[in-house]
Amino acid sequence: MSRRRHSDGDDGGQSHKRRRTSEPVEIEDRLESLICRVGEKSTSSLESNLEGLAGVLEADLPNYKNKILRILCAVARLLPEKLTVYTTLVGLLNARNYNFGGEFVEAMIRQLKETLKANLYTEALYLVRFLCDLVNCHVIAAPSMVAMFENFVSVTQEEDVPQVRSDWFVYAVLSSLPWVGKELDEKKDVEMDRLLNQIDSYLKRRLKTHVPMLQVWTAEKPHPQEEYLDCLYAQIQKLKKDRWQERHILRPYIAFDSVLCEALQHNLPPFTPPAHMPDCQYPMPRVIFRMFDYTDAPEGPVMPGSHSVERFVIEDNLHNIIKSHWKERKTCAAQLLSYPGKNKIPLNYHIVEVIFGELFQLPCPPHIDVMYTTLLIELCKLQPGSLPQVLAQATEMMYVRLDSMNTICIDRLLNWFSHHLSNFQFRWSWDDWVDCLALDADKPKPKFVKEVLEKCMRLSYHQRIVDIVPPTFSGLIPADPIFFYKYQDEANSALPGYAVAIAVGNAIKNRASNEEILTVLKDVPNPNQEDDDDEGEGFNPLKIEVFLQTLLHLAAKSFSHSFSALAKFHEILKALTDCDEGKLHILRVVYEVWKNHPQMVSVLVDKLIRTQIVDCAAVANWLFSPNMAHDYPNTILHSTIRKMNKHVQKIQKELEEAKDKLERQQHKKVDEEDMEKNSEDEDGQLEEQIERLQEKVESAQSEQKNLFLVIFQRFIMMLTEHLVRCETGSVDFSTPWYKNCIERLQQIFLMHHVTIQQYMGTLENLLFTAELDHHILAVYQQFCALQL
Amino acid sequence: MSIKLNALFSDSYVDVSQYRDQHFKGNRYEQEKLLKQANTLYVGNLSFYTTEEQVYELFSKSGDVKRIIIGLDKVKKTACGFCFVEYYTRTDAENAMRFVNGTRLDDRIIRTDWDAGFKEGRQYGRGKSGGQVNLHRRNACLLPQRQQRLYISWLSLVVYIGIDSFH
Repeated sequence: MSRRRHSDGDDGGQSHKRRRTSEPVEIEDRLESLICRVGEKSTSSLESNLEGLAGVLEADLPNYKNKILRILCAVARLLPEKLTVYTTLVGLLNARNYNFGGEFVEAMIRQLKETLKANLYTEALYLVRFLCDLVNCHVIAAPSMVAMFENFVSVTQEEDVPQVRSDWFVYAVLSSLPWVGKELDEKKDVEMDRLLNQIDSYLKRRLKTHVPMLQVWTAEKPHPQEEYLDCLYAQIQKLKKDRWQERHILRPYIAFDSVLCEALQHNLPPFTPPAHMPDCQYPMPRVIFRMFDYTDAPEGPVMPGSHSVERFVIEDNLHNIIKSHWKERKTCAAQLLSYPGKNKIPLNYHIVEVIFGELFQLPCPPHIDVMYTTLLIELCKLQPGSLPQVLAQATEMMYVRLDSMNTICIDRLLNWFSHHLSNFQFRWSWDDWVDCLALDADKPKPKFVKEVLEKCMRLSYHQRIVDIVPPTFSGLIPADPIFFYKYQDEANSALPGYAVAIAVGNAIKNRASNEEILTVLKDVPNPNQEDDDDEGEGFNPLKIEVFLQTLLHLAAKSFSHSFSALAKFHEILKALTDCDEGKLHILRVVYEVWKNHPQMVSVLVDKLIRTQIVDCAAVANWLFSPNMAHDYPNTILHSTIRKMNKHVQKIQKELEEAKDKLERQQHKKVDEEDMEKNSEDEDGQLEEQIERLQEKVESAQSEQKNLFLVIFQRFIMMLTEHLVRCETGSVDFSTPWYKNCIERLQQIFLMHHVTIQQYMGTLENLLFTAELDHHILAVYQQFCALQL
Repeated sequence: MSIKLNALFSDSYVDVSQYRDQHFKGNRYEQEKLLKQANTLYVGNLSFYTTEEQVYELFSKSGDVKRIIIGLDKVKKTACGFCFVEYYTRTDAENAMRFVNGTRLDDRIIRTDWDAGFKEGRQYGRGKSGGQVNLHRRNACLLPQRQQRLYISWLSLVVYIGIDSFH
């Protein structure tokens, strides 16, 4: 039976719905479908579809009013890319049924309050924008909208609130103006001017400490990476200068002007922004990603300027399309490519810019990295004559600018590029990058090419890489990922422990028991042994080396073989690495033997942690030990931190579940008056379990805090050493190594900011004190600024 | 606020396919249930030369891989074009269905599908000659640099025991 997936069509979702036979429910489903699909490709014009739909809904209002209200509120909140289609629809309904219009506005206000309370700030933003566009549709009176804006902007006068709070309210006002600025200015120009002045002075006094941490490139040229509010304000100012003439947004309501201007408008009820609460989580500030301008699209429509409001609207819509359809890459690609008004803009450039903007977003991309790779592949499939060229152009541009690109973004870039190439037979014009060969190996360009080739090799095999690059690039080709066995041949027979290594190897091959193997290992001399230590039970690095080198050598064939080896001899490994030095040494040996196969090192370290042969702190200490520190495998560090985090979360979850169980049990006792003795026992057992779990959580959290302390301490030591050395030698400290290291420190904060929040007090008191070099302290301060 | 607009936000890449393992021990209902909760994926159309390492690298892009079991020719004990990938979480497996399925590994378009869970014995092809059942002409030419790995060794007796406790 073939394993082909059933074709994805519209029925994908439908076939899983249980067939319900009651009519009203089917009608509700139909209504939902009609409303959701209006505006999609159709044989009739959008206007006639809207007209038709308005008629259908008006007829259904008597029986299905609440359902229709709920659906319309939902599309307002979830489909911002179709905003004006739905505001027009509401406008038509309001013209036919004034009461319905009023109820809709009320429902929207309720929904706005709920989304703000639930920390759903992006959805709240779309609701505000929807309400604004309803002004254009004659549903809401302009003066009442201005009044709401005035309330929003007054948040900037609040004291002792996080800056991100007032940021959101200002953003809500500014980001709605492309849609409604003209109308509001016509009706209430004095008030609007005053509003904009208030916003202007707020933006001037606002702190922007967070910006350097969020920029993809540190250089200002060719495109400054602007703070998001500054950029938007510049765009609005330009719009105002242009007398609020905005030509990009599709406005179906214009066609219905004669009908809509007859409608009666509603006033928005006075809206007080909900007060700030400690558990409010406002959106983090952003930096606007720009990589293209009008000089980059060689022919065809011109790209709108960076401070044009068109640019804002296009980018906003493209982001929203991705947000709606990221799970279905074919649909997402199709929707992006059928963007309305695409003939007037270099759409492929906008799409590529928006996608890379998301991929490189700091701290994290909005969606999983691999989605963007697959989306770009789909886009290339749909536009094979144009999109690959834009992508190649983008890649070339980013290569040229590697020197000033944030290390975290370089990682993402090379992961994307290598994965992308693996889908296209690794075809690339490597010769275009021959300039990197003349540079030192630690410079960003050769480092980038080297790491790309290494990642490409992981997705293929060594010889393939040798074959795809020109011979001049041979210096950058990764090493053949082979095992280094110390006791390989007779030539090494002089090495201490050689004889035992051979004996152990034979014992393993002959399926000796653990006891027998340990006996063989007893013969290994201990280079660390004190003369008076007869037992030889102390840490013996040679023993670990002899055993582990031999074992891993026998199991070198594949990951599975190595994992089996670690599993089979778990007991012995545990015994040999009972102390901290033992744990450190096992990691060193793993690295020694598999130096040329970083992927293997990574998975082995992962297994060693998961089987508790080493702990996370040991890994951190190993990564920062003198001979590793300068070029440590960064992915191992982050995956170790992630494992620690998941471990804590898992135990916390167990604790919560136990607590819930106890609560439920106690409630049951209150309801039923039965078997008191039994339930007391059960309670007692649960309480004991809860106590044990509580201890486990505390111990895990302590381990987690310790891990971060170790890591930060090590970074601080490395960086301080470097800075001091450079100062005393009167050398410029800003070497490629330094840039890499300080950005790796930033990365710890950014990737794990949620967890680190809990330990801020300790970090500030113990590590990030005023005595620290200001370059290092700046990283900490920028991080704190993200939460202001 | 609870409306999800099912009509629009479909997630069809994550749907269970029509395939059902005929050797599954249990009824259809049980199989469906396991498939809907599975963290394991079947991966097909692999090259015979594709290694565990390559599979790891690709499938790690959607999350931490718990284990990979390469499908073997029952007679030759060499890879025969399929494997199982097990994740720690369902979410990671779903992302693989959305973003790895239908893309290339080793220049071949691979296919992923939900699997009810690896059981010893399922790593072997069920075809008459030892390989997979429904295999069309495979790239029979041997690439000199690439060798096929033998998966019999004393170690493979213990191959797939996982004793992960720290998670």
